[in-house]
Amino acid sequence: MTQDYVSIARNGIWDNNVVFGQLLALCPLLAVTGTATNGLGMGLASLVVLVLSGVVVSLLRQAITPEIRIPAFVLIIACIVTVVDMSMNAWLHDLHKQLGLFIPLIVTNCAILGRAEAFASRQKVLPAAFDGLMMGVGFTAALVVLGATREVLGSGTLFANAPLLLGEHFGFLEVSVIPEYSGFLLLVLPPGGFIMLGILLALKAMIDARQGNKPRGAESEPTHSRIFTAAGVLQPSTEGDGAA
Amino acid sequence: MTDHSPTLNTDTNPRTDGMASVLRESPAAHGVLLALFCLATALILSLVDIVTRGPIADRGREDLYASLAQVVPDEIHDNAMTDGAMTVTDAEAGAVTVYVARRAGTPTGVAFEMTGQGYGGAIRVLLGIDPNGELLGVRVLAHAETPGLGDKIEEAKSDWIHGFAGLSLSNPGPEGWKVKRDGGQFDQFSGATITPRAVVDAIHRGLEFYARNRDTLLSAEETGSQ
Repeated sequence: MTQDYVSIARNGIWDNNVVFGQLLALCPLLAVTGTATNGLGMGLASLVVLVLSGVVVSLLRQAITPEIRIPAFVLIIACIVTVVDMSMNAWLHDLHKQLGLFIPLIVTNCAILGRAEAFASRQKVLPAAFDGLMMGVGFTAALVVLGATREVLGSGTLFANAPLLLGEHFGFLEVSVIPEYSGFLLLVLPPGGFIMLGILLALKAMIDARQGNKPRGAESEPTHSRIFTAAGVLQPSTEGDGAA
Repeated sequence: MTDHSPTLNTDTNPRTDGMASVLRESPAAHGVLLALFCLATALILSLVDIVTRGPIADRGREDLYASLAQVVPDEIHDNAMTDGAMTVTDAEAGAVTVYVARRAGTPTGVAFEMTGQGYGGAIRVLLGIDPNGELLGVRVLAHAETPGLGDKIEEAKSDWIHGFAGLSLSNPGPEGWKVKRDGGQFDQFSGATITPRAVVDAIHRGLEFYARNRDTLLSAEETGSQ
């Protein structure tokens, strides 16, 4: 079962990418990727939780029996998300004001449960943490790409409000790509997220096909990807449709 | 996350580490183990809550001080507004904590919080009103609206909230205190009508609250300033 780190990284960022490989986490994905900045915020917050949950699940993997693993993982993840939320609110208050909206949304991210089940529960701590990191990087990249595409085509800007999230030094990121653009509402709304996701998925499949790879990294962990994909798509959510 | 329960199927259990002893395979042991997990989780959360409750309340208070300064200009008062806090009980709005701004003992404005029901939950709005019932300023203190759609009510993300300064119950009249989609004069956002509607409604209710309690507030302020 031991995978070398290069293949973990490749798996997390491209082959088995949370969004483009496993098609997980679609609920938070579609809700927040209206802009690249929001995608980045959501991605970074998820990354932290993915690493922490990987470490904790890996540490406890001998204690968790197979029969109770799902409720145990859910408990662990919910606990981590809540602890991160409260600690950030208390000690990193300014950052929390920016990321605060995204943190509760992480609980709806079944990719974290998926990684706990498919990887962390069978691996030593270090690979589990590295897998969480790489999955998080892959997820963040996917969110930023999707958010950037929707933002440019939907609102004509890129990384709007980035200084709020990253600090004033990153003001240069904020650009108006199409000046005087009246906007294309469909792409800002969740249906636009689905459409853009479909287009990007097709692009990835094209690249994979050209390189002769098997699509979607399906050779590893096929059963679980499928189970959690179903759960992810069906996940009812108060935040999901975003018609605030 | 209860959607995942159908996947609890021991037939497809992939774990092969062979750690399970006879004891651990009995159903009761699973229950006990899960209960222990719940207990540990509850303990951790309680501990973190105890540790963070104080700092979180402090941060909330700091935010309130900062917000008070935004809705009531420093120039019009010389008192510390948080010292002049009083609670007014109103038939419609319930108990409302009102912060009073004074210059040389005379009331020059009040600030209080109203809550609107947005798309993602409660939206806490802070209003500053001058003695004549005109809005000095409005800020959103906390909300859980969808990022990118409903969060334009934040001052940091849009100027929208600035549009309320100078308005009052008679300007615009009752028909104007609505978002444009409902026939009023305030802009909604693309993809988000519920959020601005909730804020407009909360501000309108705040103005009505002030109108109803104006005399109480002013007389109470006089006794309070002595």
